[in-house]
Amino acid sequence: MSLEAQLRPRPLSPHLTIYRRTMTMMMSIVHRLTGTALYFGMLLLTWWLIAAAEGQKSYRLFESWIGSAAGKFILLCYTWALIHHLLGGLRHFAWDIGQGFDLPTANLMARATLIGSVILTVLVRTIGIWVRGAL
Amino acid sequence: MKDMRTPLSRVRGLGSAKTGTRDFWIQRLTAAANVPLALFLITSLVALTGADYATVRSYLGNPLVAIPMLLLVLSGTWHMRIGMQVILEDYIHKEGPKVVMLALNNFFSAVVAIAGVYAILKIGIQS
Repeated sequence: MSLEAQLRPRPLSPHLTIYRRTMTMMMSIVHRLTGTALYFGMLLLTWWLIAAAEGQKSYRLFESWIGSAAGKFILLCYTWALIHHLLGGLRHFAWDIGQGFDLPTANLMARATLIGSVILTVLVRTIGIWVRGAL
Repeated sequence: MKDMRTPLSRVRGLGSAKTGTRDFWIQRLTAAANVPLALFLITSLVALTGADYATVRSYLGNPLVAIPMLLLVLSGTWHMRIGMQVILEDYIHKEGPKVVMLALNNFFSAVVAIAGVYAILKIGIQS
């Protein structure tokens, strides 16, 4: 830090907590959170692949974990995070080509991301139960 | 010193190297690839719900599954590496911890990518 900066700190912009929470802001934060969750969720996918590659014994260990209540819950959260991040990404594609910056559209897309991700997650889970007849 | 130009002239001569937006572009490129690949993963997980070991092996051993799965692992880990780097750069302000965390991000992403590729190739070769 330079001497001048120490003597006279530069003004900072107000931080996140000061702003009124808006839908677009929350979805932006959730996009980062789901991205981070998927970052560590990648370990789950890798564990699955490694377990399948290493043989029946290691796969049984993975199966018993993913079949437990905690495993099922984490898999459900993973599915939701993946779908939410995917829909949020589509929103970013719209912005990348310069579309959807007006407030009504931006708010609509933010709401669609949240509601759509919940509906699609329930749908995926329902199809899973329905097709395989297992939880 | 070969370059006799002044710093100002060098900057003027160089201009943009057109590589400043590399990560930004790759983030979009891998995002686009991840859309069908994520749908493929969700479909696979639904299809394999409650499946036994032999079924999972033969499914992953199919080239039509193994190749998109390889693409998913590579595109996914590349995308997440860039995404996490942006988050780290945004929230870690101290230079030392930032460099350490950025390095760990690279190591983590590389290990996850290689482990996934190793597993898929192993299953593919054995089947």
